[in-house]
Parts: sequence; C-alpha cells; structure tokens
Amino acid sequence: MGKTLFDKVWEHHLVNYPGSENSDKKLLYIDLHLIHEVTSPQAFEGLRLAGRKVRRPDLTVATMDHNVPTKDRDKPVRDPISAKQMEVLKKNCEEFGITLYDLNSYDQGIVHVIGPEQGFTQPGKTIVCGDSHTSTHGAFGALAFGIGTSEVEHVLATQCLVQKKPKTMRVNFIGKLPKGVYAKDMILALIGKIGTAGATGYVMEYAGEAIENLSMEGRMTICNMSIEAGARAGMVAPDEKTYAYLKDKPHAPKGEAWDKALAWWKTLKTDKDAVFDKEVTIDCSTLAPQVTWGTSPGMVRGVDETIPSPDDAPDEVTKIGYKKALEYMDLKPGMKITEIPIDKVFIGSCTNSRIEDLREAAAMVKGRRKADTVKAVLVVPGSHRVKEQAEKEGLDKIFLEAGFEWREPGCSMCLAMNDDVLSPGERCASTSNRNFEGRQGKGGRTFLVSPAMATLAAIHGHFVDIREELS
Amino acid sequence: MKPFQTVVSKAAPLDLPNVDTDQIIPKQFLKRVERTGFGQYLFFDWRFKDDGQENPDFVLNKPEYKGAKILLARDNFGCGSSREHAPWALLDYGFQVIIAPSFADIFYNNCFQNGILPIKLPPDQVDTLFQLVQERPDTEFVVDLEKQTITGGGITISFEIDKERKEKLLKGLDDIAWTLQFEDAIKEYENTHTIY
Repeated sequence: MGKTLFDKVWEHHLVNYPGSENSDKKLLYIDLHLIHEVTSPQAFEGLRLAGRKVRRPDLTVATMDHNVPTKDRDKPVRDPISAKQMEVLKKNCEEFGITLYDLNSYDQGIVHVIGPEQGFTQPGKTIVCGDSHTSTHGAFGALAFGIGTSEVEHVLATQCLVQKKPKTMRVNFIGKLPKGVYAKDMILALIGKIGTAGATGYVMEYAGEAIENLSMEGRMTICNMSIEAGARAGMVAPDEKTYAYLKDKPHAPKGEAWDKALAWWKTLKTDKDAVFDKEVTIDCSTLAPQVTWGTSPGMVRGVDETIPSPDDAPDEVTKIGYKKALEYMDLKPGMKITEIPIDKVFIGSCTNSRIEDLREAAAMVKGRRKADTVKAVLVVPGSHRVKEQAEKEGLDKIFLEAGFEWREPGCSMCLAMNDDVLSPGERCASTSNRNFEGRQGKGGRTFLVSPAMATLAAIHGHFVDIREELS
Repeated sequence: MKPFQTVVSKAAPLDLPNVDTDQIIPKQFLKRVERTGFGQYLFFDWRFKDDGQENPDFVLNKPEYKGAKILLARDNFGCGSSREHAPWALLDYGFQVIIAPSFADIFYNNCFQNGILPIKLPPDQVDTLFQLVQERPDTEFVVDLEKQTITGGGITISFEIDKERKEKLLKGLDDIAWTLQFEDAIKEYENTHTIY
C-alpha cells in the first residue's frame, strides 16, 4: 500500500530504540524546536532542577512575540511582568547557548512567521513549539505541531518526543476560489463543516486544485488553523512554489546541500494508492466569504447569511453553547451578518500578518478611509522583514492615510497579552484565529475574517459582502 | 510528579461544550515563570465579577460543589491554546480528575504530564453523571485508576485508558528519564540522518 505525505515524514523521524518495533510508543526525532517567552520558562527551570543540558541548541531557535509591545520599542517595556518574562528568556538562551531573536533584533517576529521566512522551516522536517499554531509550518510539507511546556522540556533535553501515531485525514478543496474568497475562508468553512473537534486525533493533509493554486502565505493560513479543527497538524505537499519560496532564504540549504535536500523534498508526496483514515471534500467554487458569529471558530457562516438561532443547533449540548455565545456576543438570531457594527479592526497574527495579507488589505483601502465609527484599526506585521517589505512597497503609507495604525511585529491583539486589547463589549473584525470569550480582552467580541473582509469592515463600520464590492 | 492515588470526592458539573484553555486560564496570568500558584486564576473571568467579587452563578462558586476534586465536563474540553498553565491551574485549584466525552489533544497530553487523570466516557454515560451530580451534588465518587472504575451514587462505570499512560500516572514517572536511557539510539539516528 502506498504512503501518505505524513507517513513518509513520520517514518523518516523514528528513532529505533530497543523494542520500538513492537510498541506503539514511538520516539520521534525533532529537527527544529522553536521557543518563545511564554511557554518556555518552566521548561528551562525543569532542566536546571534536574541538572540536564539542552541536547541540540543548534536545532533550537528562540524569539519574543507573545507579550512584546507593538509601539514605543525604544522605551522600556511598560508591563514589569512581561519584561521579566522576556528577561528570563534572554538569560535562559544565554545559559544554554540558544540563538535568540530578541525584541530589538532585526530577525524578531511572530515565531510562525520568522521560521518560514528565514528558511528554518523546510519540507520533511519535524517542527515543534510550545504554541498550538505551530501547525502553520505544515504548509511546507513539514510535520509541525504544538506541544505543552513539559514536552518543551523533553525536546530540550532529548531532541525527541514520545508519540503515538495519529490518524490521517485528507481534505480535498476542489474547484476554483471565487473572487473575494481567500484561504482564510477555506479553513473557516472547513471548521464550520467538521467542527472544532472534527479532526481531533488526526493529521490533516490539504489537497486539491484550490490548495495547489494558493501561495505559500495562503497555505500557511490554512495550516495555521488546523488546530481550530482539533487536528494535531496540517500539511500540504511541497511543490515548485514551496521550493521557490525557500530558495536563497538565510537558513535554507545552499549549493550541493540544496540539490540533495530538493531531491528528498520531491519524494514527499502522497502516493496515488495511499489510503487515509478519513476524507473530506469542500467545493471552493461556491464558497462565500466567512464570518464567525460566536465564541468558537466552528460558529461560522457566510457573510450573506444571518445569525443562527439556538434552535438550529444539532443537539442539546451545542444548543447550550449557541445560547451562551449569542448572549456573550449580544446578537439576535435572524440578524444579518452585514448589519453587525464594528468598533475595532485587527489585521495581524500568525494566521494573517504576512506580506500577501498586508497587500490584500492595502489594495482594499487604498485611497479610502476607515469609518468614523471605527475607533481603531491596528495593522501589525508578523515580522521585521514583513514590515520592511511592506514599507518598501509603500503599504504603510496607504494604511496611515486611511487612519489605520502601523505597528511593530508581535502577536498583539490576537491574544492581547500586551497593551493591545479590546474594551468590554467592543466588537472587533479580526484576521486572527480564535474568537473565544475574552480572547482579545475581557468582554471583547471577536469576529474572525480574512484580511480583505476585515479591511472592508474598517471602511464601512460593518461587515460587507466583498463579492458585491468587487463586482 | 506525584503518583496518582485513588480519588474520593464529589464532582463539579461544568455544563458547556468546547471549554477552551483561554477560559481555564486567561492570558493575563501566563506571565509567571513558575509552574505553581495558578489555581487562584482558574476560570478567572467566569469565577469573578468585574468588581472582583465571586460570581455566585458560576458552578465552582456554588457551596455544594466547593472542594470537588473531580470536574465533569462536555465535549472538546481544553481546546485552543497549548498552554500547560491550564492543567497547572486545574491541579493547583484541586482537580485531579476530569471526565468528558472528548478532550483536545494537546490538553489531554498535558494532563498526563502533570498527574491529572482525564477520563473519556461515551456521551450517554457523561449525561448520566451530569444528571446525578446536578440532582445530588453531595454524591461522592471513588475514581480508582488501578481498576479503571468510577463508583458513586449506586453506579459503577468502567473507563478505558492507555496502558502506558496509566502506568506512568500510577508511578508518577517522567518521560525524559525514559527517553534518556536510549541515548545510543538517538545518537545512531543523528549519525545517519542529515538535517538541512
């Protein structure tokens, strides 16, 4: 029987410990370990207490992203607890010999943005990070997933992880995307269809015409939100776009090593006769721009639809979830999604803060302004490199002329650990990945959308069907 | 990690699906650099009102469920962020067992790393437990990991658990020590594989 892309990467990384062939407990070698300030301090502390070293500091890369300020970087960090966490990361990296891109480094950025753009992320690698959105790197055909802090400590000490083989699911995105519909809409539609636990226990491979047509940025957006469907990881088979993206990136292989790597990467495709544990198909040709209305990413509808009623819920438990979500979001069943007023807009996060996302947003707002009723529009590039590229293209000026704010790189209002937060009751059109209660600030209400849809909401003060705008 | 011992306690029913780790421990409390002291922030936004007073409507604040070491939950418990602060907070607050029809993967793994027993049961059995606990909050349950049973209110429910994970919990074992004994195999892997 043929092998899936996942099988190939998985098998390549199995450490043959005595007895491993007869056990479903596998030891998986990790090629790249990314760390950041929030989920690593306790792991380093554990190492110190046990007198252990970091086995492969050369395969470990650290940055600061979760709680960094996105303005006034020349001044000391205002929040003393955040400052301490960053200081602790710095000390830990120095003590254990790990490369760190700190707050003021040119290479600093959101961990899932800098990995790919610097060529650390490559096809066939196993990549982990103490962050659930590590699934992003699967866009390159890597097996990449989020881990807890105990596992961070385990990888630091052993460069391996104890794992059981997950099941596999293929998601076939067939057909061509209509104009105004993006990668973000594809993944939101998938989560709406299979639910937030629909892929629990699975590694998903995204395939089909619409995936092949996507840029690397678009594929990263899709893989990024795999975790929102419950999946361990999401993967896309590498192709010419992948190789072209990686070529000449600072940490991509060079010369002879590139040729060797490329030869291996080209084998990383699911065999024709491979069998998945589950297959799902989504027709992209009829897909509408998606907007979440509730407090879980699976609570999502097309922009041309209305807010559902708890009576639409498929079962009693879901009904309770719907009721609580409607109450929290202060929405009434039957209300049109395009009638939801917006107070703030956030364009950023590891889901949608790459150059292509900023280009989409800038193209939409060029020569226009944010609505007066919209209090603030934050544009937060994913990294310094993204920021620099955007400025080279003059995107920053377009945003500033539109009344948007142009910030420094970081996770920012995706999880609001820094000063970028919603006030209670505020409604935010956000390009991030989670609409959980309080995620963007206590009492804040998040609506997940694509960068183009978020920008349109900023211009109009409410959601607009982008397809009508473009036609 | 402390070995898991039989838990005798009442159970608190959290009757909501998709409880995410942002709710279990909101982000403003992730800035500590220790593993301890997170219990006071557990379910913070639900437990406390804006003025800092306890929200009497939240289930964990109801006197009849105070002191419960067993948390009864619904589908996809622990979804979202990978933060291990979630199980740290649950454990520090006093929960040693979580029962739900399903758990999010990373959270489920994180529980075992910290000596919390997450028990998956079929939805109808979870329904039965919810009904029992809501009607008779003082029902005491005995969760016996060795025998893989939950007993209380006149019923006994058996649960499934991975053999190795059970062993690890019962002995309070650490994965790192297990892996480090295979140093030779790891070296052999490194000698035979190129990372570009």
